Amino acid sequence: MKKKLLALALALTMALSLAACGGDSSNADSTGETSTEENSGASGTAFKVGVIGPMTGGAAIYGTCVANSAQIAVDEINALGGDIQFELMVEDDVNDAETSLNAYNALMDDGMQILVGTVTTTPALNVVPQAYEDRVFTITPSASGDDVIENNDNVFQICFTDSNQGSRSAQYINEHFPDAKIAIIYKNDDQYSIGIRDNFKAEADARGMSVVYEGTFTEASQTDFNVQLAAAQSAGADLLFLPIYYTPASVILTQANAMGYAPTFFGVDGMDGILTAENFDASLAEGVYLLTPFSADAEDEMTQNFVAEYQDRFGEIPNQFGADAYDAIYTLYQAIQAAGVTADMSNEEICDALIEVMPTLAVTGLTSAGSEMTWDENGAVSKDPTAVIIENGTYVTP
Amino acid sequence: MKSYFKNMKTITKVDYATYLGVILAFIVVSICQSQGLVSRSLGGMLVPICCYVCMSVSLNLTVGVLGELSLGHAGFMSVGAFSGIITAMSLQSAVPNDLVRMVIALVAGAFFAAIVGFIVGIPVLRLRGDYLAIVTLAFGEIIKDLINCLLVGWDENGLHIALNVDGTKSMSSLGLSENGIEIIKGAQGATGNARIATFAMGFVLVMITLVVVLNLVRSRTGRAIMAIRDNRIAAESVGINVTKYKLIAFVTSASLAGAAGALFGLNYSNVTAVQFDFNTSILVLVYVVLGGLGNIWGSIVATVILYVLPEALRQFSDYRMLVYAIVLILVMLATNNPQVRTLISRIIPRRKGAALDE
Repeated sequence: MKKKLLALALALTMALSLAACGGDSSNADSTGETSTEENSGASGTAFKVGVIGPMTGGAAIYGTCVANSAQIAVDEINALGGDIQFELMVEDDVNDAETSLNAYNALMDDGMQILVGTVTTTPALNVVPQAYEDRVFTITPSASGDDVIENNDNVFQICFTDSNQGSRSAQYINEHFPDAKIAIIYKNDDQYSIGIRDNFKAEADARGMSVVYEGTFTEASQTDFNVQLAAAQSAGADLLFLPIYYTPASVILTQANAMGYAPTFFGVDGMDGILTAENFDASLAEGVYLLTPFSADAEDEMTQNFVAEYQDRFGEIPNQFGADAYDAIYTLYQAIQAAGVTADMSNEEICDALIEVMPTLAVTGLTSAGSEMTWDENGAVSKDPTAVIIENGTYVTP
Repeated sequence: MKSYFKNMKTITKVDYATYLGVILAFIVVSICQSQGLVSRSLGGMLVPICCYVCMSVSLNLTVGVLGELSLGHAGFMSVGAFSGIITAMSLQSAVPNDLVRMVIALVAGAFFAAIVGFIVGIPVLRLRGDYLAIVTLAFGEIIKDLINCLLVGWDENGLHIALNVDGTKSMSSLGLSENGIEIIKGAQGATGNARIATFAMGFVLVMITLVVVLNLVRSRTGRAIMAIRDNRIAAESVGINVTKYKLIAFVTSASLAGAAGALFGLNYSNVTAVQFDFNTSILVLVYVVLGGLGNIWGSIVATVILYVLPEALRQFSDYRMLVYAIVLILVMLATNNPQVRTLISRIIPRRKGAALDE
C-alpha cells in the first residue's frame, strides 16, 4: 500500500511541476477562453476560426507561438468592434498526422468555419484533403510543403514553399560565396528537410556549385553529429547548409565548435528559434545565416507593436511562425472584408467566396518585408525569402 | 436449447459474449450514425479504433497466448499499410469498385505481412525472452528505415520500385510515364491516397480477427501453443514441435496486423513510415497489457477506451497527455488491487470463470 501511495504522490508531483512549467501556454489558454466568453455574448456574429498545431511535444514551440500570435491578431481585430469578429479555437495535434485529423474533427464538431493550420507539413497532408472535401477555407501559416497546396483550391500558404526556400538558398550562396565548397546535412525522415534539400541540390547542380558532402540523420539519431561533421571537414567543406529545424542544428553548432570546425553555417526558416533553444550557448550561433521573412528587431512600427505585445503577454520574443500566423489572421480579415461574407454563413459558402477573392488580395504584413503579399491560383504566396545573419544575438540583414 | 447453454463451457460462453458484444457495439454505433447522433470526432475515430483492436487482439496472440514479448508489432502494421496502399493505388483503374479494391488490398497487406513474419520468425523464434524482444524491436526499426528509402510508382507498364539507399535517387529516377502515379515517395511516405476505408469493413476485419484468434486459441494447435508458453521443456518432452507452433502463432499474428495496417493506410490520405515506430508498438502493447494478457475481450475494451481517452480529454488542453498517463497509472493500480478484484468478482460472479480462463 505504501508503494502505491508513493506512486500516486510521485504522479501528483509530476503533474504539479509540469503545471508550473507550462505557465506560458496556460496563459494563452486563459486569454483564449476569456475572448471566447466575450464573443459568445454576440453569438452568430463571430467567425469560428480553428487553429491546429503542436501545442505539446517536440515541435510545441511552433504551435504555441502560432496560437499566441493568432490570439493577439484576433484580439486586435475584435477590439476594433467592426462587423467582423473572430472566435479562436485551438486544438493540439502533437505534430502527428493521425492526431491532427482527430483534432480537425473535434474542431468541426465545435462548428469551425475557417481553418488556420496546420502549423507543420506532415499533419497538413492528412488534414488538407479532408478540409477540401468538407469545403473549409484553409490558410496555413507555416506548413511549407509543396504538396500542401497541390490538388486543391481551398488552401493558401502564408509561408514560402520548400522549393522556393531551397532554390533561393542556392541562389544566395552562389551569389555571395561563389567559391564555397558546400556540405549538406539533412534529416532524411522529414518531408520538410528532404523537400528543401532536393530543390537546393537541383538548383546547385544547375548553377555548377560544388557540393562536396551530403550527410543524413533521422529522428532517432539527432543527438550526435560527430560522424557527419568529421566527414564534412575532411571533404574540405567551408559552408555547411542545414535545411533542418533548430533543435538538431543547435547540436551541430555545439559539436562543430567542440571539434574546432568553423565553416559558414547556412540555415533556412527552421533555423529560426536557434537563439532561444534550450541548453544551447547562443553565442555559438554568431555568424549563422538563415532565411526568414521576419525579424523581431525590425524597425517598422507594426513589428515593434507586435513584438512588444507578445513579450508583454507571453514573456518571449515571437519567431517567424508567430508572425506568419499574425499575418494569416489579418489576411483572413481582409479577405472576409473583400468577399463580404458574414459569420452566419456555412463553411461551404465562406470557402467559395474567399477562394474567389484571394488572388485579388494584396496584404502588407509582418512577414512581407515592406512590400505586399499576393497569392496565385494554386495558393502559393509571392514572398521572397531573405537571408539574415546573426550578429550580437540579433538578426541583421547582411 | 437451454441445456445446450447450461452445458457449455464458461470459456465458450465468454467467446460468444465477445462476438455478441462486438456485433452489438457495431449495430448501436451504426444506428446512431445514421441518426446523426455520432459526433464527427468520434466518427473519424471509428476506423482507427477497428484497426487498433485488430492490432491488440493479434498482438495478444503473440504476447498473451504464445508468451513471447514482441516489440515490433507496428513493423507488421507498416508492411501491411504500405503493401495495401500500393495494391489499392495500382488497381485504381483496373478495379473501379472501392469495396472490392479495399478487400484485395487487405488480403495483400495480410499476405505480405505474413511473409515478412515468416522470414523474421524463423531465426527470431529460436531466441527466448529478452533477446526476442530486442530482435523484434530492431525489426520494427529496420522496416521503418527500409520504407524510408522506398520509392514506388505505377504506370501502365506496371510497378516501378527503387531503393534510395544513398540518397541520390528521386521520384524522377523511376522513369514513370506521363499518367503514372507516384505512390510512395521515400520518407515523405504515401501521399494523396484515395481514402476508401469504411467502418463496416473495419467491423468485418475485427470479426475475422476474433474468429481466427479465438478458434486458434481453443483448438488443438492453441493448446499446444499455450503448453509451450507454460512450460517449454514439458511441451517438448510430449512431442510438441516448438518452432512450428511458435511460428504458427507468430505468422498469424503478423498477418492480422498486416490486414489492420492495410485498413489503417487506406483511411488516411498521407501515411509515413515514421508513424509506425517503436512508440506505436509500445502503444499496442499497453492496450494488451492493460486489457489482460491472453484475455481477448479485455484487449478490445482496453483498446477502445484508451484510444478514445486522449481525444475525450481534449478539454484539459495542454495537460491532456498528463491526465492520460495518470489514468494509466490508476488503472494499473486498480486492476492489481486484490480488494478491487474481489469487489468486481462479487458484482459479476461470472468473472470467476473468466479469471480461470486467464
